[in-house]
Amino acid sequence: MISALWVMIGISLLLGAVLGYSAIKFKVEGNPLVEKIDAVLPQTQCGQCGFPGCMPYAEAIAKGEADINKCPPGGEEGIRKLAELLGVEYKPFGEGAGPREKSVAFIDEQTCIGCTLCLQACPVDAIVGAAKQMHTIIASECTGCELCVPPCPVDCIAMLPIGEDISNWKWRYPTIPLVQVTAQ
Amino acid sequence: MRKLFKFHGGVHPPTHKAESTGTPIVQAALPSKLVIPLHQHVGNRAVPTIQVGERVLKGQIIGRPEGRLSSAVHASTSGTVNAIDMQLVAHHSGLPDLCVTIVPDGKDEWIEHSGVDYKQTPHTELRHILRNAGVVGLGGAVFPSDMKSYSNKHKIKTLVLNGAECEPYITCDDLLMRERASDILRGAEILRELLYAEEVLVGIEDNKPEAIAAMQQAVLDDGHAHMEVIAVPTLYPGGGAKQLIRVLTGIEVAAGVRSTEKGVQCFNVATAYCVWRAIKYGEPLLSRIVTVTGNVERAQNYEVLLGTPVGELVAQSGSKPDTNRHIMGGPMMGVDLPSGAVGITKATNCIIEGSDKLFPPPPPALPCIRCARCAEVCPAELQPQELYWFAKAKDFGKTQEYDLFDCIECGACAYVCPSQIPLVQYYRFAKSEIWQREQEAQSAEVARERHEFRQLRIEREKQEKAERLAQKEKAALAAKPAAPAPAPAPTPINPDADPDDTLQMRIDAAVFRAKEQVATVLPKNISNLTPEQQAKIAEIEARRAQFHERASDAGADDESSKPS
Amino acid sequence: MWSSPFITNPTSVSQIMLRVLIALIPGIALYVWYFGPAILVSITLASITALAAEAVMLKLRDRPLKPFLSDNSALITAWLLALSIPALAPWWLVVVGTAFGIVIAKHLYGGLGNNPFNPAMVGYAVLIISFPSHMTHWLTPNMLGHVDLSFADQLNYMFNGVLPAGSTLDAVTMATPLDTLKTQLHLGLSVDNIRNMPIYGHLAGKGSEMVALGFAIGGIYLIVTRIINWHIPVVYLATLFVVAGIFHLADPVHYVAPMFHWFSGAAMLGAFYIYTDPVGGPTTNSGRLIYAAGAAILTYLIRTFGGFPDGIAFAALLMNICVPLIDIWTQPKVFGKKGGSK
Repeated sequence: MISALWVMIGISLLLGAVLGYSAIKFKVEGNPLVEKIDAVLPQTQCGQCGFPGCMPYAEAIAKGEADINKCPPGGEEGIRKLAELLGVEYKPFGEGAGPREKSVAFIDEQTCIGCTLCLQACPVDAIVGAAKQMHTIIASECTGCELCVPPCPVDCIAMLPIGEDISNWKWRYPTIPLVQVTAQ
Repeated sequence: MRKLFKFHGGVHPPTHKAESTGTPIVQAALPSKLVIPLHQHVGNRAVPTIQVGERVLKGQIIGRPEGRLSSAVHASTSGTVNAIDMQLVAHHSGLPDLCVTIVPDGKDEWIEHSGVDYKQTPHTELRHILRNAGVVGLGGAVFPSDMKSYSNKHKIKTLVLNGAECEPYITCDDLLMRERASDILRGAEILRELLYAEEVLVGIEDNKPEAIAAMQQAVLDDGHAHMEVIAVPTLYPGGGAKQLIRVLTGIEVAAGVRSTEKGVQCFNVATAYCVWRAIKYGEPLLSRIVTVTGNVERAQNYEVLLGTPVGELVAQSGSKPDTNRHIMGGPMMGVDLPSGAVGITKATNCIIEGSDKLFPPPPPALPCIRCARCAEVCPAELQPQELYWFAKAKDFGKTQEYDLFDCIECGACAYVCPSQIPLVQYYRFAKSEIWQREQEAQSAEVARERHEFRQLRIEREKQEKAERLAQKEKAALAAKPAAPAPAPAPTPINPDADPDDTLQMRIDAAVFRAKEQVATVLPKNISNLTPEQQAKIAEIEARRAQFHERASDAGADDESSKPS
Repeated sequence: MWSSPFITNPTSVSQIMLRVLIALIPGIALYVWYFGPAILVSITLASITALAAEAVMLKLRDRPLKPFLSDNSALITAWLLALSIPALAPWWLVVVGTAFGIVIAKHLYGGLGNNPFNPAMVGYAVLIISFPSHMTHWLTPNMLGHVDLSFADQLNYMFNGVLPAGSTLDAVTMATPLDTLKTQLHLGLSVDNIRNMPIYGHLAGKGSEMVALGFAIGGIYLIVTRIINWHIPVVYLATLFVVAGIFHLADPVHYVAPMFHWFSGAAMLGAFYIYTDPVGGPTTNSGRLIYAAGAAILTYLIRTFGGFPDGIAFAALLMNICVPLIDIWTQPKVFGKKGGSK
């Protein structure tokens, strides 16, 4: 009986030593967590999460200060990726905080007064212009974050949804009807 | 006897070719209008060069190529441009695309055109002619032939001419080979010349004995050395470029690898024919052979002007009233057209009129029983059942691990599935999702770079402003009369010490504070910039330096000192 | 939306399953010839139970009844189970085994196509472990001369559990030839002596060797009509032959000849019908070779050294566990990516 006890203690000490040694010797230096989280985020830099940009949000998540369901542009897919990365439960978007349709900003040039307030607001410098000069959105660089809309004093910026055209059309997920509905 | 190779898998669907091979090619009647899409090829859409209301001649360019990979689009007959707008096109989505609508005037008046002697013309000019003649691959892939007939660094041993036509119902290449074999081979000779190929192998499935005989006769009659017509076993999808290359040469061209890297290039026989017409006669691609078959009274092959509405074409074959769909292409890989108003394009080799009797709607799919019949028939030697499970679970990483993009979407797997699962739809879904994600990841990367550069720019501006301010104060200080040298003051500011010294220390402290502030707020990626980023920054610095120089020269700046 | 392909080859799941049922008929006919019609009662009872259990489960799972009931897969489970257990099995044995297989081994895992284990074999395993004595009372073949029970008596026993006055179960039934072999070997007899006992015929047990031959004929029909691949049956039988042959050559006194193993127990049934079940097996041809070889080795080991009379069912279940790993290990190289790094 006592000998069995000693054998078990001996085995557990041995295994513990092996595990401890391996944890130190074979430790893998991976990417810091913050960069991994930032790689998942969509880089819209829109601030909808409550942080001034995607990197600050990533840092907050890594510190455990922010929830993973705060990023509408990332969509449900983004939350799932974050959940998998961090090993936490998936959490859906809050009420009314879900992703909106992808859109691109558009400046009504008749109304623009050239105040440069929107230029300063755009987090990716997608607005071209200068003081007292016409402002215009570089549509290919616009991420749809909508940060330019509030500062405009004459409210000339509209968000136009990107519709589906022949160049960005996707095949739909096939759904198999369980019961065939035929006109017979 | 040439040794032929086999490719894995393949199926034998009923061929249904006899319906449409009984009569020779017929000219289709002139339609009431032509709806010509500007994007009928792989690459950039053609840019319209005409206006609404303009009269155009037959063969006149109505869309010029844009960018390196593009092709021209022409008016198929003379007439008036009615509209340049979004019309329904032959696409799985049923969405519209930019099209030019021409109303024919019935005169069929040609524009001035003439050919060249290909032996005396430099290759770059020949390719230019092909590009401006709108010659693209007519086997269905519509890749611009000028780019495809260019082999930069790879030596091409074999030019394969694809006359296999493996899909059921389609017979346009068969009839073309029977009737115009000589012109096809002459075009092949030009392609051989452009590619510096050693030999030309014409692969024709053995269910087309007349075509084989006609082509062999043409080889002998016209004395084409280096050309050989080879009958390949009838097996779907033996007409796929990679499969045909494998059968004729034994070479396996993997996905993502260009066949030119293995010394082979493959062209459809109809493309070779168009190459000949374009080079020899200066005729752009205005028409093509289209098989009309299926639920019609008279199935046959027509030479059709591009842009002819499908509805008007099939009426000439007597499309039966219970037709419920138009399929462009074959039953294995074809596109279900959104309407009969769609125009015939360069990719249209066949229109099958479908009905419930011909193509009964499939029963609801049963679960997969893991029988792996799909894997037995896959010509790309993939595991379709694994791809199906992963695509169904939306595990796109795994689908790529199992080589999803090697799939040529031939439909053989779905053809044999006992549970009647629409396998190809899952692969198409997975592929378009993966493409969209890659695109999103790329845009996100670009957005991240722009954002980081913007932060860099703002901090740099702050830093420069602080330095300018410090120097301005320093200059103001220097302009004051010099004070007697004080005793070295202790570090804490002594109110009895010399005011100028104190001021200097205060300035130093302010500058130091500004620098500190800049250092703490500076984002971490200011250091360790990549050479490209550094080059960009240096470029921008240079421009700003120039700007400041000009500004201070003009006296617009009220600062007395130049920036550092 | 319906996209290409627009045509399909019409060999559906129900047609494949139907062909398998048809292929079982020669074996069943020979069974009836040599052992009487009691087996037909078992088969019918099992079929009814299977379809009823499947219908109940489909209803509970909110699935449409018609496509799944008509795909014949439940019938195959029922017939294979009925053929694996004694013909004289009481009705509740048949019902419990079939119901367990269909409900637990098939539908609780997701129904057709989603079950990792062969439902018939799971049913058999449950019966042999829970009711071992009932599973050892097999009918005697007709040619042994004595008629033990009339058909009416058999029915009486199966449904009422009553034997005619004066008979005991042991007197009117026997163990399988395989079981007898094992018991006699333990008692110290040599293989030759055992083989001379009246219950043994040319190749194996009288009667049952012919039934196995019937199943083999049906199996060859399935291979010729391309319903199943040749890989599993051929490799299974070959491996069984080789392993048994090695032992037999080494020690003919204690290990019986390979042909005996082929034609006794459910070896033929297993080779052509049980191990070729697509749902539980591997999806690659090289994987199938490994699967069949492993099953054959396990069958031989269980038969010779294990405690159960026949190893087919447990070999099947054990190899079913290995199938996901076999699939991953035997993924073939794709077109254009063979020979050299991917």
